Amino acid sequence: MILLNLCLALPAAAFLLLLLVPRSRPGWSRWSALAASLVIFAVSLALLAEFDGSNGGFQLETNIPWISAPSIRYHVGVDGMSLWLVLLTTFLTPVAVLISWRHIAARVKEFYAFLLLLELGLIGVFVALDLFLFYVFWEVSLVPMYFLIGIWGHERRIYAAVKFFLYTMAGSVLMLAAMIYLYNLAGTFDYGLLMADLVSGRMQLGARQESLLFLAFFVAFAIKVPLVPFHTWLPDAHVEAPTAGSVILASVMLKMGCYGLIRFCLPLFPTASRGNAPWIVLLAIVGIIYGALVAMVQPNMKKLVAYSSVSHLGFVVLGVFSFTQLGLDGAVYQMLNHGISTGALFMLVGYMYERRHSLEISAYGGVATPAPMLASVFMITSLASLGLPSLNNFVGEFLVLQGAAQANFTWAVFAAIGVILSACYLLWLYQRTFLGEASDEVKSHMFDLVPREWAATLPMIVLMVWMGVAAQTFLPSIGAANARILDRMQQGVVMDVKNTMPARGTEVARAR
Amino acid sequence: MPDSFIPTSAELLRILPEIILVLAATLIMVLAPLVKGREQNALGYVSLYGLVAALAAALSGYFDPGPAFHQLILVDGFATYFRVLVIFAGILTTLASYQYLRREDADSGEYYALLLFSVSGQSLMAASNDLIMIFIGLEISSLASYVMAGFLRNRAQAIEAALKYFLLGSFATAFLLYGVAWIYGITGSTYLLTIRSVFERGAQTPGILLAGAAAALIFVGFAFKVAAWPFQSWAPDVYQGAPVPVAAFLSAGPKAAAFAVFVRVFVTALGPIGGRWEPLFWLSALATMLIGNFAALVQTNIKRLLAYSSIAHAGYVLVAMTAHSEIGTAAVMFYMAAYVLMNVGAFAVVAHVCGRQERFVELEDFAGLGERQPVSAALLTVFLLSLIGVPLTAGFFGKFYIFRAALQADLVWLTVLGLLASAVAAYYYLRIIVIMYMHQPAESAAELPPLRGALGAAVWISAAGTLVLGIFPSLILNFAGNSALLAR
Repeated sequence: MILLNLCLALPAAAFLLLLLVPRSRPGWSRWSALAASLVIFAVSLALLAEFDGSNGGFQLETNIPWISAPSIRYHVGVDGMSLWLVLLTTFLTPVAVLISWRHIAARVKEFYAFLLLLELGLIGVFVALDLFLFYVFWEVSLVPMYFLIGIWGHERRIYAAVKFFLYTMAGSVLMLAAMIYLYNLAGTFDYGLLMADLVSGRMQLGARQESLLFLAFFVAFAIKVPLVPFHTWLPDAHVEAPTAGSVILASVMLKMGCYGLIRFCLPLFPTASRGNAPWIVLLAIVGIIYGALVAMVQPNMKKLVAYSSVSHLGFVVLGVFSFTQLGLDGAVYQMLNHGISTGALFMLVGYMYERRHSLEISAYGGVATPAPMLASVFMITSLASLGLPSLNNFVGEFLVLQGAAQANFTWAVFAAIGVILSACYLLWLYQRTFLGEASDEVKSHMFDLVPREWAATLPMIVLMVWMGVAAQTFLPSIGAANARILDRMQQGVVMDVKNTMPARGTEVARAR
Repeated sequence: MPDSFIPTSAELLRILPEIILVLAATLIMVLAPLVKGREQNALGYVSLYGLVAALAAALSGYFDPGPAFHQLILVDGFATYFRVLVIFAGILTTLASYQYLRREDADSGEYYALLLFSVSGQSLMAASNDLIMIFIGLEISSLASYVMAGFLRNRAQAIEAALKYFLLGSFATAFLLYGVAWIYGITGSTYLLTIRSVFERGAQTPGILLAGAAAALIFVGFAFKVAAWPFQSWAPDVYQGAPVPVAAFLSAGPKAAAFAVFVRVFVTALGPIGGRWEPLFWLSALATMLIGNFAALVQTNIKRLLAYSSIAHAGYVLVAMTAHSEIGTAAVMFYMAAYVLMNVGAFAVVAHVCGRQERFVELEDFAGLGERQPVSAALLTVFLLSLIGVPLTAGFFGKFYIFRAALQADLVWLTVLGLLASAVAAYYYLRIIVIMYMHQPAESAAELPPLRGALGAAVWISAAGTLVLGIFPSLILNFAGNSALLAR
């Protein structure tokens, strides 16, 4: 319990401490940020020891009042889904510190301070069990990312940063309105109490009410995921962000949206979720194929990886809205996989940019000759990302497709096209950048991985293999958490049947 | 009431803050001719001490609530809250003015005396319980602030601003007075509670049909003071022309006091005929939010931008008024506190950066402030994030309470449009942050002295308040919630 609070307190403390480091000593900022992020990672690993994976409920909870009226509580806790997302965040923050070591030369102190503030916001989003607290962390994570893109980004950074901020803000104000509306109905922001009220029928939402509330939450999350057609901020933000920003953005920030869908949309509004599922699934499948096709024709490496994210996250949404155990497990697992493999792709592209100062694919070719290790690492990461069996993405995509097939076989058929396309664009990217004749510029600029880069890369590679062959480390606890959410959705449906058709309702109840 | 026209000591104590303010102002007026030229700046201390003493008096008045002067004055939690708030705004303004006046070679006792008179008028408005009293308070506050707007009299822009403010202001007060006359004609009283009890009789009240028109006339007078649609057009010109600390003051004190009487008159006196004025507020709130936010998008002068932003914020507060409920009133109260802190803070930073004769008030003049003056830039960022409504700042909770009240009153569309308008607002506030942190400083950028002294104190106090209210809103929210019951 204390550990989870430490996971929030330490980034906040580290952020404040970093502000006190003198500006003239960038080295101090780097080392203290690295040390702090490693300590936070160690603390979060200790969470695993205290966590009981077979229990699908919330654990390690803290629940103390923050504001008395309206009742807002500092209520945090983790279940089998959020635990892994917290670990993903704490794992990637030291990686982000390492890969920015040389890349960030100006305003070093502020950069790392924002990175740690971002970590605080992200962890907070995943552990908050009070809707209001969730919103607070949701917005808190927005500000540092805005600065990371806007100050340390590439040429069009300001445009990208502002677009990123406004898109997210527009979505989240609607979510805030919906949260307040729920509060006015239930008198609480507490996730557990709201759920209890809904399950017991103390609070009942009319069909139209539920559907509007669902949409308000859904749009905020869909922008963040991002689901086509809300995705246009993503390529800009990714291309303009500094490497560490892209990694955290792709690996963790996009998961905020997916997490919100599973945590809030499904269990709070089960009927509306089912009702809206057809067109959401359609958008997800469109996203899978559209993202992949657009990725294929990108001349810019970062944009290519960004569109591949759109495609991969389509799988997550498809899995979520298949409402099957397999699909949900696959979706959560795919969230983690995408965090590792796409994060690694952005990192490697960042390495290449640092050497060659270009993101254009045409500026490369034959990189494997001067930098063979970089080439093999890139190959492994690409293979992981395109879903080669025994590497991580395969497990997630397979589960999602299986779940989708259970729900509707046609969905799985169309989604599977995305898997094939991902092989096309990633292998083609590899071919154009690493193979062939190395030009003089490439030869003179490109060199192989240095120890610091290895330190950031190797853990990612290890995880890709581990998550590919030993998925059982992760899946049982994820499954337990998802089972509860699905259980709640069943109840929701049964309850609605009861409300509308009393006669059949008793039948169902008897059958259960 | 034949007992006596001589006020008892308890009654005098209930207007102690105003007495202190007026005495301090008079003292300054007397002392001013005795001190020469630049020395007059020292009178700022008198002003500061007077305000602090008045603040203490206002706070202690809370423990002895009750009416005074034949019910013209009513000291209760609500009055105390707004009294403290306007006096606090006066303190911040005094702190922010000191270095500014020195830089402009305009050190003068008069300025502080006017400030104190204006604050005393606002404090009186907060405590008044009668339409005539409200009018008198409003006039005391306004007349002093008209002069303050044109205080730097050799600056043409300031004269224009003052004249515009004066003409439009007197025009609007005339409407107010006319409305008061109508209300008197309908109900036979100017005393708020009597008016309420007459309207509570409902349809039997003779002339009830005219009550809506009377409410509209009074609305005109107050809407002018808070710069709400359709009477917002003076604000940008006046804020731009007036000296920066005066603009800060105009956007805080008079506005807070005007919202206090807005609540007193509309929620207390005209509460029973809410159905007649709520649609007007609904429309005005929406139009104010939209006009303020969209017009701010294209501004290049930071004073004008902040003026439009303050119009938009008046719109948010009107949303809470439209809700017409206790939590709506509490939301108005909390928002005004948050707004005073963040807005005066932002203007104070502008007062710091603008330089002699306000040469640097274009947005580009803030380029690279993040590197030139990291502390000023960081503090301005705090204020701007609060104005956007990012969590952990006072502005966020302010918006949250307002829109919560609105949703509770089933104003779903007003809430959704208001929240979307506030998302639009993020753009122009972010633009300032972008310019401060992401643009390189211009070569002509002025050498800025470090943020110190009284001005520094004003900025730091505002920033600390913005953050503290953003993390522990309960500190004043509970008080606001309890006092809101009184304004029913």
